[in-house]
Amino acid sequence: MKKIVKNLYTALFIMFLYAPIFVLIIFSFNTTKSHSVMSGFTLKWYAELFRDRVIISSLITTVIVAVSASVISTVLGTMAAFGIHNMKKLPRYAALQVNNLPIVNPEIVTGVSLMLLFVFFAARMSFSLGYATLIIAHITFDAPYVVLNVMPKLRQMDKHLSDAAADLGCNPIQAFFKVVLPEIFPGVISGFLMSFTLSLDDFTVSYFVSGSSVQTLPVTIYAMTRRQVSPKINALSTLIFIVVVTVLVVKNIIERKNIRQEEIRI
Amino acid sequence: MKKIASAPYIIWMAIFIIVPLIMVAYFAFTSSDGAFTFENITKTEEYIPVFVKSIVLAAAATAICLAAAYPLAYILANMRLNAQSTMLMIIILPMWINLLLKTYAWQTLLGNNGLINSVLGLIGLGPYKLLNTRGAVILGMVYDLLPFMVLPLYTVMAKMDKSILEAAADLGCSKLQSILKVTVPLSVPGIISGITMVFIPAISTFIISRMLGGSSNLLIGDLIEMQFLGNSYNPNLGAGISLVLMAIVLIVMAVISLIDTSGNENEDRVGGARV
Amino acid sequence: MKKFLSLIRAAVPAALIASAAAVLLSGCGNAAGGTVVPNPDTEYYSQLKDEGITLNFANWGDYISDGTDGYPDVISEFEDLTGITINCTTFATNEDLYAKMKAGAADYDIIIPSDYMISKMISEDMLEKLDRDNIPNIGNTDPKYLSREFDPSNEYSVPYFWGVTGIIYNKELVDEEDFGWEILWDEKYADQILMFDNPRDAFAVAENMLGYSMNSEDPAELQAAADLLTRQKPLVQAYVMDEIFNKMGAGEAAVAPYYAGDAVMLMRDYDFLDFKTVDSGANLFIDSMCIPKHAKNKKAAEIFINYLLEPEAALANSDYVGYSTPNAKAFELVSDDIKNNGISYFSDEYLSAHTETFKTLSPDAERLMSDLWTKIRSGK
Repeated sequence: MKKIVKNLYTALFIMFLYAPIFVLIIFSFNTTKSHSVMSGFTLKWYAELFRDRVIISSLITTVIVAVSASVISTVLGTMAAFGIHNMKKLPRYAALQVNNLPIVNPEIVTGVSLMLLFVFFAARMSFSLGYATLIIAHITFDAPYVVLNVMPKLRQMDKHLSDAAADLGCNPIQAFFKVVLPEIFPGVISGFLMSFTLSLDDFTVSYFVSGSSVQTLPVTIYAMTRRQVSPKINALSTLIFIVVVTVLVVKNIIERKNIRQEEIRI
Repeated sequence: MKKIASAPYIIWMAIFIIVPLIMVAYFAFTSSDGAFTFENITKTEEYIPVFVKSIVLAAAATAICLAAAYPLAYILANMRLNAQSTMLMIIILPMWINLLLKTYAWQTLLGNNGLINSVLGLIGLGPYKLLNTRGAVILGMVYDLLPFMVLPLYTVMAKMDKSILEAAADLGCSKLQSILKVTVPLSVPGIISGITMVFIPAISTFIISRMLGGSSNLLIGDLIEMQFLGNSYNPNLGAGISLVLMAIVLIVMAVISLIDTSGNENEDRVGGARV
Repeated sequence: MKKFLSLIRAAVPAALIASAAAVLLSGCGNAAGGTVVPNPDTEYYSQLKDEGITLNFANWGDYISDGTDGYPDVISEFEDLTGITINCTTFATNEDLYAKMKAGAADYDIIIPSDYMISKMISEDMLEKLDRDNIPNIGNTDPKYLSREFDPSNEYSVPYFWGVTGIIYNKELVDEEDFGWEILWDEKYADQILMFDNPRDAFAVAENMLGYSMNSEDPAELQAAADLLTRQKPLVQAYVMDEIFNKMGAGEAAVAPYYAGDAVMLMRDYDFLDFKTVDSGANLFIDSMCIPKHAKNKKAAEIFINYLLEPEAALANSDYVGYSTPNAKAFELVSDDIKNNGISYFSDEYLSAHTETFKTLSPDAERLMSDLWTKIRSGK
């Protein structure tokens, strides 16, 4: 009996999470632009999607921005975590508090504040808002998550490891790459993945800092939702959904295989 | 010596976190011709109803998220390990679909001629006014932010030492008693980071209210957006409202952290729970 | 099973390559379809061919024929002809465009604001003077849309579209035959009324109801209009701009004040919708092409403006967008169906008797209107 209640609750929960997504997917095959009445089956929106230059170019922009921002913030954040970890208590506390600001600040405030900064300098140094400001803004809200993911791994690490490496003749840089990095690597990877995901999906900050020449996909979608949403966008989300499901399933299978192999080895 | 590794990021934070916030403050305390003024702060008084509405709606959404996510996180944490990772995947997956699109999908679901009212119509009910209501805004917030409540709750519950629960049972606690007396207190850190991660985005959204709220559900986020990139250009007032919003968030966070008596190290809570 | 997996493994990259190739082959825009302008002046249009210029074009949503729904793709034809790339972005209201430019967040080469915003931008030194020698087609414009108050000597702007405001309504939900702005205050349609989400258009409706000018600067009159709009608020389902396409198209609302051209586009897709002109007084607007101050590619922008003035290009845009063309040569090509639809074109007598053009308000009046508007929107 209890089991039934639990399963039912879980099922309802999942249904709630997926209902709108399935609506999006179903109407990507609709012959008309209606989002409430299904009039027939077609794949034409998928063909049109690949011909829509605004959508395709903003998709490319989104990927470029997400990749550059997450890579840079992973490097920057990992170095920062390592440095902050080795600080005295007070400066460490201060640095981490500032690091937390973009996380606890409402996104709209982060967006607005960066816009004010960029506009101030754009006017005085004659550059315009675009890729550079987008990537800078994304690094600013990505890097704190890298720091927060790497810090616990550093804390868990045996303090004497890098000292031992130094004793064995490693310089600090060698010690970092040969001893520290392998230890904290899982934290680095999860920081990277989180940055990438956040960048890919960010709307609010991008909306304020993207300027007029480049648009990320969420900004383009926003402009579209203010008018009639073309089923092309439904087609795009269906494709994204399929890619994400595939990636997650493959990742899950690989992880399980690894676990099983480890079990066998033990 | 090792500290130098953090130098680039410290400089980065100074330029791109601290300076922009100082600029917001500067704009908030100046008029459009650059003179010092308190007007932008005092003027926000006129918008108290908007602030109240935003706080109420965000609080309601947070409460519903907590109530809905807690049992699920509990069920999840007590599943077989394999099933846990699959379920987590299922819950994380919708976060990859763009928020605007999901909200738009709700718009089409909730409309007078939308799917929900059509289905209700088949059994002779409705149509009900679902879209353009406060309820729709809360629903949108809950839907969007629910995973952010489940994940931190699940993280603390999965780490919980099961032997404590067994001990409670040995000491004669019923299942319900042990949940209330052991699980809930131990999951306070998860509850707090869940509340933070739901409440802050909810109180500052301008998308959900615009798409689902109709004429009478303008929120703080909308107000700020209107001043910067929208219909009533006035960045000084926008900055003033932003400052007030930050103050509200800080106060709420301070109040919440009072509940947290577990004395855990604060440093990596938000990120740690989000993983 | 194994075979099946390896099949998938082979199929996925193949599909990816195929779709990537499809994107590359099709290039930008929907390249298929006939040529819009049959005999362009190739020498003139190719003068900047190899410079790799990209123009940032700020336009209203769906305000140019871009290949959607099988209509001609004016933009990619221009790109193929000139080697200049057009980067399209959209804005929702004049105030929205102004804010983006004023905030300094945007950096456009061509914009299409409406009359009253153009004179405001001129007075704030935000526009560049056009070099008429670079725009040979500038003479195609019908003189009656030129030398208007917002740009008396036509130095800064060239008309792109014009139109009137009126009421888009759902024939299945509205029984009245004859109505004006007052239907937007009719309690019978509570929660089925959409309203302009910008101060100028919304105030114009209220001012006209009260018998004031749409250009009133009198604080008492503005306050009275604001009171009227506040009284309307409980009846309003939502304040929207282009969202009316979704909402009226899905039959979610009964009446919405909006622009005639958009009604034409909506009625093409949804036969239960119709448009009512308002005889008590509607706004006649002219949206014109302008070049913002410090535009990086002024000459290329002028070439693009010239292309949009080609009669065939102007006609293609008007056919798709539904708005009325101010281009005399394009007007000759407009089909009689559209000329006589009662929405797009009117006699000069009708226009002068029943419409009013917006003028730029004094900074004080504008600030007051903007504050009142924020209060209306943020009130209960």
